[in-house]
Amino acid sequence: MSKWVVRGLRTGIRSTAYPDAPELAEGVSPGRPLPGAYPRDVVASLAARCPTGALIDRGDRLDVDVGRCVHCYRCARDDYPVGWSRDYEWATLADTRGGALRSAFGGSLHVLVVDAGDCGACLHEVEHLNNPYYNMHRLGFFLTPTPRHADVLVVVGPVSDQMRVPLLKTYEAMPQPKRVVAVGACALSGSVFGPSFVSGAGVGDVLPVDVEVPGQPPPPLAVLHGLLVAVGRASPAELTAAGTPAAVSATQPADGVPAGARRAGGSSSR
Amino acid sequence: MTRVQLERVVAERWAGGVTCRRDEARSVTELTCAPAQLAELCGALSGEWGYVFAGLVVEEGEDAWELRYAFLDGRPSGWAHVLLRRPLDERNVPSVAAVVHAADWHEREAEDLFGLTFEGHPALGDFVLHDDAWQEGVEPMRHAFPADTPMAERRPNREWRPRRIVHAPGSFVMPIGPVFAGMAESVHLHLETVGEDVIRAFPRLFYKYRGVEKIAEGRKVDEALLLAERFSATTAFAHGLAFAHAVETVCATDVPPRARILRVFIAELERLRHHAEAIAGICSSTGLAVAASQAGIIEEDLLRASGALAQHRYLFGLAVPGGLARDLDDDACSTALGRARDAVHDLDRLWGMLRLTSSFVDRLEEVGLISETDARSHGLVGPIARASGIARDLRLAQPYDAYGSLAVFPALEHEGDGYARLRVLFTECYHALRLMEQAHAALEPGPVHTAPEMRAGAAFGAVEAPRGAAFHWVRLDGAGTVLRYRVVPPSFVNWHGFHLAVEDFAFQDLPIILATLDLSVAENDR
Repeated sequence: MSKWVVRGLRTGIRSTAYPDAPELAEGVSPGRPLPGAYPRDVVASLAARCPTGALIDRGDRLDVDVGRCVHCYRCARDDYPVGWSRDYEWATLADTRGGALRSAFGGSLHVLVVDAGDCGACLHEVEHLNNPYYNMHRLGFFLTPTPRHADVLVVVGPVSDQMRVPLLKTYEAMPQPKRVVAVGACALSGSVFGPSFVSGAGVGDVLPVDVEVPGQPPPPLAVLHGLLVAVGRASPAELTAAGTPAAVSATQPADGVPAGARRAGGSSSR
Repeated sequence: MTRVQLERVVAERWAGGVTCRRDEARSVTELTCAPAQLAELCGALSGEWGYVFAGLVVEEGEDAWELRYAFLDGRPSGWAHVLLRRPLDERNVPSVAAVVHAADWHEREAEDLFGLTFEGHPALGDFVLHDDAWQEGVEPMRHAFPADTPMAERRPNREWRPRRIVHAPGSFVMPIGPVFAGMAESVHLHLETVGEDVIRAFPRLFYKYRGVEKIAEGRKVDEALLLAERFSATTAFAHGLAFAHAVETVCATDVPPRARILRVFIAELERLRHHAEAIAGICSSTGLAVAASQAGIIEEDLLRASGALAQHRYLFGLAVPGGLARDLDDDACSTALGRARDAVHDLDRLWGMLRLTSSFVDRLEEVGLISETDARSHGLVGPIARASGIARDLRLAQPYDAYGSLAVFPALEHEGDGYARLRVLFTECYHALRLMEQAHAALEPGPVHTAPEMRAGAAFGAVEAPRGAAFHWVRLDGAGTVLRYRVVPPSFVNWHGFHLAVEDFAFQDLPIILATLDLSVAENDR
């Protein structure tokens, strides 16, 4: 067995520097379309190309509801491609809710993940938080096997009809205070699946959602950002009136170097 | 057997009773029969003539049911479709499950979703629509059922209890799921145990049923493609490709050579990534932490390579009917190939250590055995079948895209245990890299997309997805609207064989067996 120890040591530390420094490796994020000002006809044609209504025609301006984006890249192709950011700090706080958990939870957060009809990708990206590259343990985030020990419920999928009751029971079994993090376009809007006769239009129809992480699937760094937002250790992506992450990232260069973690709350000791 | 030979033997045995229609262009022989001949004909195809059951497609026509039992052979004869037409008010159809066991779950699904009764089937009901959540008589796949309105009035059967088979002193039911203590897809496993041994195992699936086949109806090809790609996104490219194949067959679209080559390149990259992920799962199920981390690193490297090549880590938005949505430049392909080489190099080093770690190998060897006979009778596909001695691979049997011009080697093992499945995964990783290299060397400049001219018709699209053969049946009208969409994903077929691997093994082996089977619930549930 000793050879495994040696192998592990020789591999060294692969974990990302995020949230202390931005992760710049290629391929860590599928990116997202950016809102922006375009000629009126271009705005109309871009909005028409979007199959899920994520691009909203506001006359001479294109708004983006990132929660509906399913990464089909149809707006990023052909003539007049939409602006595309490669950032990943996408999590927002649902403003009607209790906000982030207080700092007592900041350094040791127990997370339960429920698959409510996910296609597999979001769940995999959440699983990758245990991958050496992302290693959420270093941030004090732990998976818990039981809802009784969970502070945060991470839900993926649009909430299929037959998962609604198990999901509700899981939530009800969690102690207070608790937060719900909805991960992925399906969990936010139902995506291409819902609403239908067997799918909801996202977790919000069933549970009070506190943190929303858009993307299909959101990359692991976006999920990590979502957990950091849930405990007030990172600022949420800013909101516009339309409820979408604002054009803050639009000012970034095209290669999309993210703003890095902005610490908030009383967790600076970590 | 060639198509002409098939036609002759059918004519000899059922003189006049079964009509044959050959479609040379699509390599399909359609055999139309009456209910009385159905089971005998299907039994002869799979039992005597070496055909493999690929799927059952039920279509509700204007005035008749059309049941299509699709069988697939190697190259000479291609497809044999057994067609049975019944008037719409006739709900009873003979079951073929007794002679073609692989059709068992297809019939259960059709019973739940269309309300057809398969006479002679031993266990209908509580399959897709759970009896404790839905009342009987809801038939969502019928045209009259609206796909977009939520079911307002629900009268679930509260009296429903799971079936118990084992009634022995000390027998005990282990209900696991659908919410797991860890990150797992939602499925309920009903395990009947005596002591440590699992005597009977029933997976209760479809908690994640999203009605993809239903909601695709009435959508344009472009929109339905989003569903095909996203219902099982860990193998998104393969399913998008299978859907594209079906549309291309219907519309008789010629895919440009560069797109054919690039499709192979991307599909093999996806296979490599998927297998690395499966290997990581096996390592972590045995508690070998360093190996799990090593495989996890390889998997993330491949996800990043996919992201760098195609923007999306799971390769969304590339496969479209008629070719690819956009060209990939040769330099990016070279970089991706380089990263794939690095990944396979790392995998090879991992394999070198794993096979010499006895505590790891001991937990896989002779665990989760599936015999070749059982694998054949259940029609299992993919790495699971290839680990049980069935050298079946659509890339060889029905070469699509550029596979016909490349050297494809099937991985094959015979033991049928977890260790054999692991070896198949590793071998297929090496082969995937070889195919990527061949494809990369064959890349020539050219267009990557031909816009398909929409036609009315229906066809199967077939792809050897990372988990095995995937079949997508698509019926279009002349304007490119999907009238019927039916997916036979590999995990649906392989979950049918789940109990084979689990029964008569110890309960603590369950996570390992599940990891070596690598079944996807999302792919099954649709």
